[in-house]
Amino acid sequence: MSKITPRDWASHPAYLSPEYKSSTLRGVSRNLVEIDPEMAELTGPAYGEEVLGELDNDLTRNGRVNGEPLGERIIVTGRVLDENGNPVPNTLVEVWQANAAGRYVHERDQHDAPLDPNFLGSGRCLTNDKGEYRFMTIKPGAYPWGNHPNAWRPNHIHFSLFGPTVATRLVTQMYFPGDPLLALDPIFQSVPEQSRDRLVSEFSIDVTEENYALGYVFDIVLRGVNATPMEA
Amino acid sequence: MTLKQTPSQTVGPYFAYCLTAQQYHYPFSQIASDVLVNDDTRGERIRIVGRVFDGNGAPIDDAMIEIWQANAEGRFDHPNDARADRPLDPNFKGFGRFGTGTTADNSYRFETIKPGSSQEGAAPFISFVVFARGLMNHAYTRLYFADETNANNADPVLEKVPADRRDTLIAQRSETATGVEYRFDIHMQGDQETVFFDF
Repeated sequence: MSKITPRDWASHPAYLSPEYKSSTLRGVSRNLVEIDPEMAELTGPAYGEEVLGELDNDLTRNGRVNGEPLGERIIVTGRVLDENGNPVPNTLVEVWQANAAGRYVHERDQHDAPLDPNFLGSGRCLTNDKGEYRFMTIKPGAYPWGNHPNAWRPNHIHFSLFGPTVATRLVTQMYFPGDPLLALDPIFQSVPEQSRDRLVSEFSIDVTEENYALGYVFDIVLRGVNATPMEA
Repeated sequence: MTLKQTPSQTVGPYFAYCLTAQQYHYPFSQIASDVLVNDDTRGERIRIVGRVFDGNGAPIDDAMIEIWQANAEGRFDHPNDARADRPLDPNFKGFGRFGTGTTADNSYRFETIKPGSSQEGAAPFISFVVFARGLMNHAYTRLYFADETNANNADPVLEKVPADRRDTLIAQRSETATGVEYRFDIHMQGDQETVFFDF
């Protein structure tokens, strides 16, 4: 009896994606050893409200020092679902991103673009009982990186999710519709062609708030897990 | 099945100020750290240390390790593990997270307890999840304990691992002035490439 659907390797990028140079020395090169999921894989850490700060879902406010962050305010929302279309409720969503100028707060980011004293770029929230999450943030800028000549990362927001178990763990990146850099980005292009559009959010006038912020929808699909507890 | 999985992407080099913010001294909290125990946690105290090496044998300084493990009774702190004969420990959640960018030698480390065997006939182990710049999908592996020879020899998961690669999953024990330490290095590639699992 299957307790969890397998990782779908037609959806995920290969470990070794030579166009993305860092993958060539770091990607797993030998075949994975297949094992049956057992208690260790069918359980996982659960976090709730206790890890949330009051402003953690509002990146336009949680890093303020002396004013508002610069850039285009956006709302990012969506549903976390499993492959059967069932919502994944009460799961932690962690996000991080560059500021509007394309600069990360991270000490190793030496891009010659300004830091924003009022923007940290980190947030987290929980999905509700319908699997919905919602962040207020600033649209991240594109930035250069050293992968190849004239290499620029498309605008993106990093997402980290647990889902119900260790097996459903996912780290991914959300991109923006119509970005001309997507066709040139080896990290995005490493994803099989048929699944790339699942990483691109949709602009939504319904999510957009009048006179305040544009809205984008990004739904996330995790592996399906049988909710029935496994007997010992 | 009606929906397709969202593709994985690399964690990138700049995860620290979100996922491991306090460890790296950024002004944000983090959900878990390298310390999984408090004074009241039941079980044998152990430290796990290791490094993550790339295909050239160079230590990776922007990796992040997550561990997930059973408590000293072999029970996981999750509703799917409802085995009443194995008590939960209110002082042990079993999850840790640590980045390799803040130690001088780019090692990771965890202060935890040695887990009990979680299934009859199975050796005790700790689940590892490896993230890094350049790693498009997180990689799953397991740490087994060198001083559990008999249990390891009978373990059904280790049995699936080619015999000449099993030692990549065995952490070596040493007694140090500051307690019991297990060393578990992870090799992403090369002759010593760690066995990674799919499930």
